[in-house]
Amino acid sequence: MTHTGQTAAQPAAADASGQGLNARIVVERGSFRLDVALAAAPGDVVALLGPNGAGKTTALRALAGLVPLSGGHLRLDGAVLDRTPPESRPVGVVFQDYLLFPHLTALDNVAFGPRCRGASKAQARAVAAGWLERMGLADHAGVKPRRLSGGQAQRVALARALATGPRLLLLDEPLAALDARTRLEVRAGLRRHLAEFEAVAVLVTHDPLDAMVLADRLVVVEHGRVVQEGTPSDIARHPRTDYIARLVGLNLYRGVAEGHSVRLDAGPAVTTDEALYGPVFVAFPPGAVTLYRERPAGSSARNLWRCEVVGLETHGDRIRADLTGELPLAADLTTVAAAELGLQPGATVWATVKAGQTHAYPA
Amino acid sequence: MTRSGTSDAAAAPLTGGPRRGRVRGPGVPLPLLLPALAGLAFLLLPLVALLVRAPWRALPVQLTSTEVWQALQLSLVSATAATGVSLVLGVPLAWLLARTDFPGRGLVRALVTLPLVLPPVVGGVALLLALGRNGVVGRGLDAWFGITLPFTTAGVVVAEAFVAMPFLVISVEGTLRAADRRYEEAAATLGASRFTAFRRVTLPLVAPGVAAGAVLAWARALGEFGATITFAGNFPGRTQTMPLAVYLALQNDPEAAIALSLVLLAVSIAVLAGLRDRWMTAS
Repeated sequence: MTHTGQTAAQPAAADASGQGLNARIVVERGSFRLDVALAAAPGDVVALLGPNGAGKTTALRALAGLVPLSGGHLRLDGAVLDRTPPESRPVGVVFQDYLLFPHLTALDNVAFGPRCRGASKAQARAVAAGWLERMGLADHAGVKPRRLSGGQAQRVALARALATGPRLLLLDEPLAALDARTRLEVRAGLRRHLAEFEAVAVLVTHDPLDAMVLADRLVVVEHGRVVQEGTPSDIARHPRTDYIARLVGLNLYRGVAEGHSVRLDAGPAVTTDEALYGPVFVAFPPGAVTLYRERPAGSSARNLWRCEVVGLETHGDRIRADLTGELPLAADLTTVAAAELGLQPGATVWATVKAGQTHAYPA
Repeated sequence: MTRSGTSDAAAAPLTGGPRRGRVRGPGVPLPLLLPALAGLAFLLLPLVALLVRAPWRALPVQLTSTEVWQALQLSLVSATAATGVSLVLGVPLAWLLARTDFPGRGLVRALVTLPLVLPPVVGGVALLLALGRNGVVGRGLDAWFGITLPFTTAGVVVAEAFVAMPFLVISVEGTLRAADRRYEEAAATLGASRFTAFRRVTLPLVAPGVAAGAVLAWARALGEFGATITFAGNFPGRTQTMPLAVYLALQNDPEAAIALSLVLLAVSIAVLAGLRDRWMTAS
């Protein structure tokens, strides 16, 4: 609450003064080991993105103090919180299904935090009313949670988490409980509130769109470890694992570059614009792939592979062909093109990609 | 079913289906039906007999006698007080059993439920040995605080609470286990201590279970006989509750015993009706 917009505008990563979040979360549970390092400056919104079971929610619960750390450390604004119980951490949590107290009104749900942190009943209610007002829910103050819509419940949950003035806001799959249309609207609202929030926000999601719209920085977690982190655009352009490549819709291969030619681990070589040496990733969008029924004669594309159609599915007004063969890849083409090619599972096709449409970057 | 190669084999399950269905239909096999009806009759017959032999004409006189009123009043007051004691001590105990993990928790749980299966008379003897004038604790209570429990109204409450509290503990513990603990976590992240979370979140959420347990305990306390007569005796106006009055009346005035029994029956039916309407169907 005391921080101004200036601090909020500072760039990523915890600064030397110790402001913000600096954590290494290690949680061991049976054979599963979570080991995730997180650093964020006040004003940052960090998204933990990963498949189900990657350990994202466990990381969030560890940050909240609901799961004890097996190792690592947790510092927030310079204070060590490793062993601090959840009720003493300056942390607010928006749970996946909100967990609004069903027996309390929206106002009393939001007032709960301030009341627990020592405010008088009247003060707590005044603070809560202010937050509901900010969320556009002043009319719903006296309503019990079961009578709120999904979007309204989400905003009450956000107000409840923010009402204690946390220095770390945690959101667990904040949009997962909403239907598609509400989601769009709530996502926009949440983005605005997160932008206004002056401390660190960490959200967990398995939805890349949520992550990219809401967060300044993504931390991709798979099997309990960070596999990649960076800005949304960086991650969308330079995926480093199959999971991320699928999320952002790219064909991704590992290989060894020698200048403009990359010998892929999958077999064939790919010609790229970039001249690199050593281990690299090569990525290209499915839309950059052109398919031919016969081997194209005199084609300028050097990246030419013989493939077999495994499956077809519609993607909006386009068709995504799943191919195997010399190089397994996904290709997008129009419905007309698919019909002209007579594509069907089992059909043999030739796939080409122009060097200018592939993108290589160091592994 | 669809895999079989020959048409004969495929047809078999088709004819078999309806036949099996007929067996499962409305017909109940006699070896089950007869004992079931006998069991029902066994349970209902005594109640019917009570109604048949009730001295309906003399009832108003019977029920307005001072002794009956004294006994009824004492029963209601002591059962309610015993329920209060059970709530104050039993709900925290149920929380401890449901929410914490300590060595020997299983044993403690078994000990808590012991009074459920212990003959109440044994409970009364045990209470005398503990809280009697020469009891393990009772001696101290008498010597230092001048408190005497046996053969007093307070003793009635103690005996009833001893027998009734396990019902409440078991009922509340079950409700606590079934309750979503994540609400308590949400409360913790909002700054609530465990006690605050219990008071402001858990307790309101499990209130129906606590109420159901309290009614069970109350009904058990109301009917309590063995422990009460052993620990508190049978003094009209002081420790003579309805069940004791019924037993005593049966010796010299059977009509009064029937009248008193009818009152207890009415109270029990009212409790059952209240329980079912409020909590049983709601869950």
